[in-house]
Amino acid sequence: MVEETGMIFDIKHFAVHDGPGIRTTVFFKGCPLSCWWCHNPESKNPNPEEIEDPSKILSETSKKCGKDIVGRKVQVSEVIEELLKDVIFYDESSGGVTFSGGEPLMQVDFLLSLLKECKKNGIHTCVDTSGYASRQIIDVVVKDVDLFLYDLKLMNNKEHEKYIGIGNKTIMQNLEYLCELQKQVIIRIPIIPDITETDANILQLGEYISGLDCILRVDLLPYNQMGEEKYRRLEKPYLLNNITPPSQERMFQIKEKLETFNLQVKIGG
Amino acid sequence: MNERVKKLREQSLSSQPLLSLERAILLTEFYKSGVVEKVSTPVARALAFKYILENKELCINDGELIVGERGPVPVATPTYPEICTHSLNDLEILNSRSKISFFVDEQTRKLTEEIILPFWKGRSIRNKIFANVDNEWKDAYEAGVFTEFMEQRAPGHTVAGKKIFSKGMLDFIREIKDSLNLIDFYTDPDALNKKEELNAMLISANAIISYATRYSEYAIELAEQEQNAQRKDELLTIAKVCMNVPLNAPTNMWEALQHYWFIHLGVITELNTWDSFNPGRLDQNLYPFYKKDLEEELLAEEEITELLQCFWIKFNNQPAPPKVGVTAEESNTYTDFCLINLGGVKEDGSDAVNELSYVLLDVIEEMRILQPSSMVQISSKTPDKFLDRALKIVKTGFGQPSIFNTDAIIQEMLNQGKSLIDARNGGASGCVETGAFGKEAYILTGYFNLMKVLEITLNNGIDPRTEKTIGIETGDPENFKDFDDLFNAFTRQLIYFINIKIKGNNIIEQLWAQNLPSPFMSLLIDDCIKNCRDYNNGGARYNTSYIQGVGLGSITDSLSSMKYNVFDNKIISMRELLDSMDENFTNNEELRWKLLRETPKYGNDDDYADEIMRRVFESYYSAVNGRPNTKGGYHRINLLPTTVHIYFGSVIKATPDGRKEFQPLSEGVSPVQGMDTKGPTGVIKSASKIDHLRTGGTLLNQKFTPTFLEDEDNLKKLLHLIRAYFKMDGHHIQFNIVSAETLRKAQKNPEEYRNLIVRVAGYSDYFVNLGEKLQNEIIERTEHSSD
Repeated sequence: MVEETGMIFDIKHFAVHDGPGIRTTVFFKGCPLSCWWCHNPESKNPNPEEIEDPSKILSETSKKCGKDIVGRKVQVSEVIEELLKDVIFYDESSGGVTFSGGEPLMQVDFLLSLLKECKKNGIHTCVDTSGYASRQIIDVVVKDVDLFLYDLKLMNNKEHEKYIGIGNKTIMQNLEYLCELQKQVIIRIPIIPDITETDANILQLGEYISGLDCILRVDLLPYNQMGEEKYRRLEKPYLLNNITPPSQERMFQIKEKLETFNLQVKIGG
Repeated sequence: MNERVKKLREQSLSSQPLLSLERAILLTEFYKSGVVEKVSTPVARALAFKYILENKELCINDGELIVGERGPVPVATPTYPEICTHSLNDLEILNSRSKISFFVDEQTRKLTEEIILPFWKGRSIRNKIFANVDNEWKDAYEAGVFTEFMEQRAPGHTVAGKKIFSKGMLDFIREIKDSLNLIDFYTDPDALNKKEELNAMLISANAIISYATRYSEYAIELAEQEQNAQRKDELLTIAKVCMNVPLNAPTNMWEALQHYWFIHLGVITELNTWDSFNPGRLDQNLYPFYKKDLEEELLAEEEITELLQCFWIKFNNQPAPPKVGVTAEESNTYTDFCLINLGGVKEDGSDAVNELSYVLLDVIEEMRILQPSSMVQISSKTPDKFLDRALKIVKTGFGQPSIFNTDAIIQEMLNQGKSLIDARNGGASGCVETGAFGKEAYILTGYFNLMKVLEITLNNGIDPRTEKTIGIETGDPENFKDFDDLFNAFTRQLIYFINIKIKGNNIIEQLWAQNLPSPFMSLLIDDCIKNCRDYNNGGARYNTSYIQGVGLGSITDSLSSMKYNVFDNKIISMRELLDSMDENFTNNEELRWKLLRETPKYGNDDDYADEIMRRVFESYYSAVNGRPNTKGGYHRINLLPTTVHIYFGSVIKATPDGRKEFQPLSEGVSPVQGMDTKGPTGVIKSASKIDHLRTGGTLLNQKFTPTFLEDEDNLKKLLHLIRAYFKMDGHHIQFNIVSAETLRKAQKNPEEYRNLIVRVAGYSDYFVNLGEKLQNEIIERTEHSSD
């Protein structure tokens, strides 16, 4: 049997925002969505691409930077070897491995192999997903996922189409399906000023989420400008100029609002 | 903290360390009196100690509860001309240098010129050391291959065991008399030496008793003049306390603290012992008094805390004795390395954390001063609650407490042949050094520059900085066929220099034993009284001589670079690499980038590099470990740097890992600054490949941003990270919780950041007190964040 391969752009050790305990996160490359605020723009394109590397100064005088290739094709065994290095930390902290992206469900065979290998080694698995995939794809992996980190952004379908490029129907149906299967889910909401952070959207999200019975917690991820620099290095346009991150006060307001729906809410992942 | 403590703390923090000739003058008076010629050396030293204590000025600071200063006033720091006689030029340097200076007044200069220098010039142990070591040793020392700890300071490196808190000087005197009675002059050829040594101990014990009596009388005198009724009472209590201890064993908390403090002053007055002295497992040693005082309602919790805080300030009032030359470079700080141990296990192996452990952590957090330094011992049995409390202090960002692995410490001692009970009663002192508290002389003899040895190897025995031949010819590196050839050449060169260092140690240990015994210290450490032998001459139950390896990360990366780029992948020839290094990589930034960024590095859980680290460790270990010292004990290794990685780097030209000439080396067992790119788990995995259990201590620094620890969950993750490291037998880990950005600002505007404290290596210091190179080195350490 030929070993599965996949396209990833990073493996991050000691990832602290991607689920419980100390985790290692594998970032899949390729995503069907195009969120305006995406802070990992290198995750969208399913193929390797060039990115400027500011640390690679070719000439000290001109400060001209070199290029790096972001994205590499890897075999399952190679990834697993890297993931197994930190087992002692997973064990100690009840942590594990998180598959993020991009959209890990876009490379479902690769993902499944990785999940199976993790389970074989007794590692807790987490999939960080936009939920945009067919029901069949969910069915393929669902048994081997211990926890879903599930992104919800906008309840208004039109707005969703505008800022994300697709509607939100499939995403919501899949989330409801995971609840039917009694999977554990943490909802993650990016808080983007004037887009997702509006009172109306927050209220609708709260109402919707509180109707689901599989939600462990809601994480609010405040917008940050870290992605902007990456767009420049990738020579891609950045659509969200002139937005400042939400104030701490605003984050607390949103948290409180969602808590009125009897939800457990955390600022940050 | 209350007003009293606030005032005393402020006094301690705001005083500029100054040089005091009080001790030197008294010592000289005594040596000139003619007594010295009439008695044995140990007795002469004991009488000198007695003379100093009988004549030195007394000092009871306004409002303080624990009394006694080493100098005439707080932060006045004595000199030890019998060890190192400062020249007028030394005084000028001490007075005027920009960092770690000591104020020297006109009178001090005058007395130095008229009294100290004429008598002591050429008579110090420093003179004797340099007169007795050979040229090979001097060449290596001057090249920066190793340093020598005993050329300006005394071999202390030990810690009080619990016996100190259950015995008074009268008990020791009884034990000495028992030992004296057992000497058999008919059968024991060493009988006279034993008798003289025991007599010296007897004199020392009586000397400290009379010193305390003087304080008692002085307190009564002050009480008589005191108008304030409360203070009058306090002074009378002080008088009572000083009457009872250290004469008898302490009976309550106040007495226990004052008792220890007199003993501490005794040790650091007798000689300028390295790492001053140390009350050891403080939460264990004080617990019986704490419990009794509370139960009998002698003191309330707040009063105990106040006493402990007063006790803390006493340590901060004693800057490390002034150092010059290489010794100043290797340990450039006012900190004198008294490291308070909390937690750990009891003698029966069970968890030792008690209520007082938490009280002491509160004291550490509230005092926030450099001295004493503090650490927590974490065993697999230590509750998370205790580690969590300690980390909440770490989070406030002054580098304390550092975190140690009790289980590793115990195994290290068992591996060295110590008893399980002695191991459980032990801990770590100084920076990270493992020791059997109260029972061991574990002397750090000098730092060893691993990277310099490789540089000399790559130059076939020549030091490229001075172009002097100081090593052996191990072959032209261009003729090395493979990495093993290179490594074998390095190992041969390493053994050559270790032999020189050990040869020197054997001479220097004997010089100390013969010339400067320490009868007072010998009272305190088992089994000197029983063995009738001096602490400096093998009297302790265990005697260990360490050689501290420095630059493990740098040498690993350099060897890895040559293996990867020259031998395995043939990216560059040996000649090209050596030439580029010789040119300090000028005009070859691209190569340097490859060496820095595309070469396997230690600290990333990459076996390619880490295997090389293991080989270096094995070579170093084999060269040193088990070699006998002059005290019936053995040489061992540990891996820590204090500030010497800056000095050691300053004598090395550019290196194969891409480091530019004269830049600092890596510190402790930490990766080269900025070369660990896989996060803290990578660092910890790499560091855990060191066989910590065969060392006497290793030092690992990690830096996190303050924002990272703002999140309560992340603090938990840090806790798990530490637990995982300790599961893998890691010895020690310490943290800087400060951002590089803050440090850069502090560098630019030192005035605004006078209170910024950072963790250096095994101790904390004010950032503005560090040399620029050391400041930069800390800035360049990899910073872990939550991004």
